[in-house]
Amino acid sequence: MTGPSARAVVIGASSGALEALLGILPGLPKGYPLPIMVVVHVPPDRKSLLAEILGMKCRMGVREAEDKEPVCAGTVYLAPPDYHLLAETENCLSLSSEEPVHYSRPSIDVLFESAADVYGPGLIGIILSGGSDDGARGLQAIRQAGGTALVQRPSLALVPVMPQAALDVCPDARSLSLEEITACLLEAATV
Amino acid sequence: MINKIEDIEIRLLLDAIFEKYHYDFRGYSTASVKRRLHQAVERLGCRTFSVLQDRVFHDPSILPELLSFLTVQVSELFRDPAYFRAIRELVVPHLKTYPSLKVWVAGCAAGEELYSLAILFREEGLEDRTLFYGTDINPAALRKAEAGVYELERIPLFTENHRRSGGKTSLSDYYTAAYGAAVFDKTLRRRAVFSDHSLVSDAVFAEVHLVSCRNVLIYFDRDLQDRAIGLFKDSLTRKGFLGLGAKESLRFCKHADAFAEFAREERIYQMRGVS
Ligand SMILES: C[S@@+](CC[C@H](N)C(=O)[O-])C[C@H]1O[C@@H](n2cnc3c(N)ncnc32)[C@H](O)[C@@H]1O
Repeated sequence: MTGPSARAVVIGASSGALEALLGILPGLPKGYPLPIMVVVHVPPDRKSLLAEILGMKCRMGVREAEDKEPVCAGTVYLAPPDYHLLAETENCLSLSSEEPVHYSRPSIDVLFESAADVYGPGLIGIILSGGSDDGARGLQAIRQAGGTALVQRPSLALVPVMPQAALDVCPDARSLSLEEITACLLEAATV
Repeated sequence: MINKIEDIEIRLLLDAIFEKYHYDFRGYSTASVKRRLHQAVERLGCRTFSVLQDRVFHDPSILPELLSFLTVQVSELFRDPAYFRAIRELVVPHLKTYPSLKVWVAGCAAGEELYSLAILFREEGLEDRTLFYGTDINPAALRKAEAGVYELERIPLFTENHRRSGGKTSLSDYYTAAYGAAVFDKTLRRRAVFSDHSLVSDAVFAEVHLVSCRNVLIYFDRDLQDRAIGLFKDSLTRKGFLGLGAKESLRFCKHADAFAEFAREERIYQMRGVS
């Protein structure tokens, strides 16, 4: 079960991200009490339409994160193309253009490791569909800090490589369907 | 608990670097500094941050290594072509009204941003009246900037960026390829001065018409960002321009009122006239 006092959610996804995110985020209410930070592997040289697409389908606010942006509950923050997104403090995000990790900027590990450090046991980390092994180390860092690890069940993911890699490194992560992940997030918010 | 000790060690390590070498990373963005220091202890073969601190005090060869971890050097020529296109199409017409110009590239890394502006100013006929200042805290980066030599594999990206920025010439006009490297035309830095200057601890040194400071402020916490922007404000002429990185803004800055948004998407600001 999720810890009694979740304070933030981080999500990582790559190929198949949109379908997977659309299976979770629209199920959360407008006033969802936790902030959600999301890294999706997006090409570096283009404006990403992800925030707009998700924004249309979600009741929570969805936006691309700005550097040193305050963290507000009820909001989904997406890493912008070509920048890493990090949790700076519980109340503040930051961006970085340091080297790609696993050939990717933004990288899921970078977000997850920084958030694990800031939120400790109060963090829920989720790895969704994707074709790389980014996120596995980060999920492990979340577990080690006492947080909750959830993974989209590989057999249900459009691209199973990433959730499987996360499970290999974090065997005690819970392997769930998108509906079950949504239920977990709703439950975490009511405790 | 383990994390708490690590936080203390990191604080002491940054104190040590400051006391011994006067490089002040204490007000940098914590999340990024931690990441970089984790890489440093790993690659330098130190068991803990305290071991690294010992080397800071007793092993002079450690400083350049540490700086290479603590300062992020990622850059490109004409990085974010839309920014340079906006400088070309929107800012240059204003700059053309001045008989002489000064441009400050703050946090210039290995010179990529300064050379981009030098090429753009040459294309626009402004080069001869302009003096460029490139400043950074990393001596190795400044030496590279001075040399103007980049790996040949980076050139295709630079060329594509230059084209997308509205470049009027061919990038190949500005370098010669030799031994796997592209050596940029020395005349591009005829009017450039590269020097050591820290946005954290140094003062204003010139009055300038354009400050380009991209992807430096994201590594600072908000107080330090305010300090740096304060320096830009004090060195810019009336109606001078400030260009920031694609994801940086003055939104959370205490000097925001001194500036007007000039090209919103490209993060170019203009100093307001009255003060
Ligand atoms: C990511 S690079 C940016 C390069 C270039 N401006 C661009 O946008 O591509 C950041 C640079 O800021 C420099 N820097 C870090 N702290 C600084 C300080 N306190 N004062 C001046 N430069 C600094 C680093 O050494 C590094 O070269």
